Amino acid sequence: MGVAAVTRTRIFPLALGLGALAAAILSVEALIRIGVINRFIVPLPSQIVPAFERVIVEEDIVERFRLTFFEAFTAGAMITVVGVSLGFLLFRINILRQATETWVAALASAPTVLMYPLFLVIFGRSAWTIIMMGFVAGLPPVILKTIEGLAGTRRVLINVGKSFKLTGPQLFTKILFPAALPTIFVGIRLGLIFTLINVVGVEFLINFGGLGQLINDLAERYDLPGTYAAICFVILVSVCFFVLTEWIERWLRPVD
Amino acid sequence: MRGRFRESELVERPPLPDPLPASGEREQKERLMASVATLPKSGAAGAQVPADAGILVVDDIVKQFDTPEGPLIAVDRVSLSVRPGEFLAVIGPSGCGKSTLFNIIGGLLDGYQGAVTVGGETVRGPHPAIGMVFQEESTFPWRTLIENVAFPLEIAGMGRKDRLNKAKKFIALVGLSGFENRYPAELSGGMRQRVAIARTLASEPKILLMDEPFASLDEQTRLLLGDKVLQIQQDLKQTTLLITHNITEAVQLADRILVMTYRPGRVKRMVEIDLPRPRSSDVVSSEAFGRYVAQIWSDLREEATRGMQDEESRTLHAAPTLPSPASRGG
Repeated sequence: MGVAAVTRTRIFPLALGLGALAAAILSVEALIRIGVINRFIVPLPSQIVPAFERVIVEEDIVERFRLTFFEAFTAGAMITVVGVSLGFLLFRINILRQATETWVAALASAPTVLMYPLFLVIFGRSAWTIIMMGFVAGLPPVILKTIEGLAGTRRVLINVGKSFKLTGPQLFTKILFPAALPTIFVGIRLGLIFTLINVVGVEFLINFGGLGQLINDLAERYDLPGTYAAICFVILVSVCFFVLTEWIERWLRPVD
Repeated sequence: MRGRFRESELVERPPLPDPLPASGEREQKERLMASVATLPKSGAAGAQVPADAGILVVDDIVKQFDTPEGPLIAVDRVSLSVRPGEFLAVIGPSGCGKSTLFNIIGGLLDGYQGAVTVGGETVRGPHPAIGMVFQEESTFPWRTLIENVAFPLEIAGMGRKDRLNKAKKFIALVGLSGFENRYPAELSGGMRQRVAIARTLASEPKILLMDEPFASLDEQTRLLLGDKVLQIQQDLKQTTLLITHNITEAVQLADRILVMTYRPGRVKRMVEIDLPRPRSSDVVSSEAFGRYVAQIWSDLREEATRGMQDEESRTLHAAPTLPSPASRGG
C-alpha cells in the first residue's frame, strides 16, 4: 500500500492525531525535566497519569462527571432549541432583527459569569443556577449563526421551493433549515464551548459539585497532578459533546 | 416553408438567396450578412405579437421597478403565446427584462400590469402547470441525485418507493442512470443542470420554463445538453419556453424565437425557425442555421450596442466607490 493510499484510510487521521498528542505530552515532560517549564506550576505528565486512578477512586469522579455532563447537556439542549427558534424568529421579522441583533452580539462578548450572584438569588444554590448561566452564555452564538445560516440560503433554492408551491413550514423544513444547517452547527459548537466554560466555572465559583468543584478542591489542596487529571475529565466532556454534535449533523445532513 | 424565413406570425418572408459557394470565410460572412440585409425590416421595435390561442399566453405585460435613479420599465407591453408542444425561445441582450419576464411567467414576481394565463387560467403566484429550471445551480446539495429528482413527488405526498421508482425514469431520461446515489458535489456542472431539469420534469409540468439553463456551462457541454433537451422535448412533446441570450442555443432548440429590445424590454420580432426535426447539435453546421444566427444577430446587435453604451454611460456617471490613485496620494 502506497503512502497516498495509507493517508486515505480512516485509521490514519486518528493515528496521526493520537501520535501528535503523545508527542506533545512527551515534549512537555522533557521541557519540565530540563527546567524550561516550572514543575511547581505544571506537573509532570508522568505524575498526572497515576493521579487519574486516585481521582477516580477517591474523588467520586463518575458522579461528578455525570453531574457536569448533565448540566452542560441540559444547557446545550436549551441553547439549541431556544437559539435556533429565536434565530428563525429574528430572520423572519426583519424589524425585530434590526432592533436586537447588535444587543445579541454584545451579549456574546459580555462576561456573564460575573452575574452568578444574581442567578444564585433567582435559582438558589442548585444545578439550575449552573444550567441557566451556561444557557445565557451559550445562547448568542446559536442565535447569530442561525440568522446567518438562514439569511445565507441561496435565493435560487428558495425560488425552487416556491416554484414547487411549498408552504411556509415546508420551505423551512425542506430548504431553509437543511441549507443553513452547517452554519447553525458552527453556532451550536461555539455555544457549547461557552456553555461548558460557564458550567465548570460556576461549579468552581459556587462550590456546588461537579468537575468544577473538584478542580477547585484539588487546587486548594495544591494537588497539581490531581487538578490536571480533573481538567482532563472536563476535556472528555467537551470531546463527548463534539462527537455527539458531529454525529447529529451527519445524520441530519449526510454530505458536505 | 423549409429554407425560408418566417420572422413574424403575420409577415411572410421572401426566400433567401441560394446557398453560398464555399469561398473564403470572410467573403462568405460578408455575403451572408448582405443576404440578411436584403430582408424587409418588418416587426420593428415595439411591435406586438398577437396572443393567439396557446397553452401559455402572456398578454400585454408591463413591469416597472423603482430604482434610486427613478422608475425603470423593465418589460413594456410584451405579449406572446406558446402553442402546445412548441419550443419557444426568448432572446435579448443583457438588461432587456428576460429574467423579469421569466419570474413573472413563473409566478415569482407580482405587481405588474397585464396577465399571464395557462390553459385560460390566470397565473397568480407559482402555477403547478409551470415547471421552472433556473440559470444558477439549483440542486439541493444535502440530497442525493435521486432524492433531488424525487423532491416534487415528495412534496406532492407520494410514497417513498413510488417516488423513487418514478424519479429513476426521469433520471434515465436525462441520461444519468447509475448516478442515483451520488450527491451534487460529486457531479459536474452539466450533470447538475440535468438533475435540475429532471427534477422539474418529475413534477410533470405542462410548460417547461427555462432561464438560461446552460449559461454557466462551456460551449461543448452546452451543445450536448441542447441535444439532450431536444430529445426530451421531442419524446415528451413538452411545451417549452426558453429564456436565453445565446443565439446559437436559441436557433438550435427553438421552433420560434422572440427577439426583445434593450430596456425597456419590448417584442422586436418573432422569428420562425424552419429547421428540420428531429434536430441535434449537428444542425449548427448547416447553412440555414448560419443564416438564422446572422439574421437574429443583425436584430440583436443594435440592441446589444445600445445596452453596452447605456452600461458605460451609467458607470461613467456613477459616483466613484474607490479612491483614485491620485486621491490616495500615491
